[in-house]
Amino acid sequence: MTGPHPVPPEHPEGAPPSGAGPGEELVVLLQRTARGDQDAFTRLYDATTARLHGLVLRVLRDPAQAEEVTQEVYVEIWRQSARYDASAGSPLAWMMTLAHRRAVDRVRSAEASSQRETRYEQRNRTTEHDQTAETATGNLEAQRVRAAMAGLTEAQRSALELAYFGGYTHTEVAQLLELPLGTAKTRIRDGLIRLRDALGVDQ
Amino acid sequence: VNEIHALSGAYAVDALDPLERKRFESHLAECADCRAEVASLREAAALLPAISDRAPSDAVRDRVLAEIATVRPLPPLAPAEEAPARRRGLARFLVAAALIVLLAGTAVAVHPWQHEASTSVAKQVLAASDAVSREVALKGGGSVTLVRSHELGKAVLLTHGIAAPPSGRTYQLWLQDPQGHMSPAGLVDGGGTRTVVLSGDAADATGAGITVEPAGGSPQPTTPPIALVGFGRA
Repeated sequence: MTGPHPVPPEHPEGAPPSGAGPGEELVVLLQRTARGDQDAFTRLYDATTARLHGLVLRVLRDPAQAEEVTQEVYVEIWRQSARYDASAGSPLAWMMTLAHRRAVDRVRSAEASSQRETRYEQRNRTTEHDQTAETATGNLEAQRVRAAMAGLTEAQRSALELAYFGGYTHTEVAQLLELPLGTAKTRIRDGLIRLRDALGVDQ
Repeated sequence: VNEIHALSGAYAVDALDPLERKRFESHLAECADCRAEVASLREAAALLPAISDRAPSDAVRDRVLAEIATVRPLPPLAPAEEAPARRRGLARFLVAAALIVLLAGTAVAVHPWQHEASTSVAKQVLAASDAVSREVALKGGGSVTLVRSHELGKAVLLTHGIAAPPSGRTYQLWLQDPQGHMSPAGLVDGGGTRTVVLSGDAADATGAGITVEPAGGSPQPTTPPIALVGFGRA
């Protein structure tokens, strides 16, 4: 597998993740991409691909399918770049939202669901592998996110991880965690709010 | 209405089923607080993958760069949205258009514009204030949701990760009238995740069901339903 791959949009310690600086650079790259500038798009790709593909792989687990989806997502980013609205959020959040939706749609499709049990069995092994990679990456932002995740209650963390990285609906999360229906969505929301506040995300 | 605010987190991480998602999106269009909350929660969620960075192979980069060279970026969205009143009128027209198509015959052939109309009808049914929805988990995996709007007189089936019907068979949809009679309401020749408008007038239907039938469908159900729901009093 690939070794440590620091992602360029790194922030100086304490800087807001979606504030000035690297985030603004991504905005400019997206604006130039919208005008058909392939060099700008290439820089955007190089600056974000490890982050985006890491997410897609985590949701899909199957490396071949994950690469397909990553490719689709970047072509979609190219097509949709003029529709990115800087007043509505950061470029990274916009791209990650596209990627997450696409990965989740894929994982919930009929084909994926027939393979889901197999992947489920692979979970422990894959998780160990992921953690090794995470430790090796060890970038500052990963440390901040891990610290923020550690500040969630166990109930919030498990619900949020199953929803975001597992690609499960809140109803499925409730079943997996044996919670009363309707409880999981509250835990997901509470967990995200706590994460948002711990990470100092602009509101 | 307060209940729906609680879905903001699950929406931000794509953890809603298709019906909940469409309903929440209708709500978002009218609720600035929820829009702001979803945006901030998406910013937070987008930071989570920082713990799982993983570059794809160089081949992906090559394929992406080759592909975008052949694709034209879309133009920016027009700033003004259609007025809701006009959309509603259009929807009524499309309901009428869809009904005409359905009344015109067995309508197995799919016209390009029929699909468009059906998609819009489905959206209207899902967004209807009087929509009643029933979800059923299937034994073979996945789930189906049946949604009926009395006012629009239409029902919609949402399938969510269901298996394809066995070879030589099809899913058939049924509407149940107040006398308990089941009328054919369309065929679904595949699994996965889809949105299908049931044919026929669903205004007074007391329920809907799905059976597995021989390809081409049956005039009456020949097998026990894999899903059967009641809509309650119309």
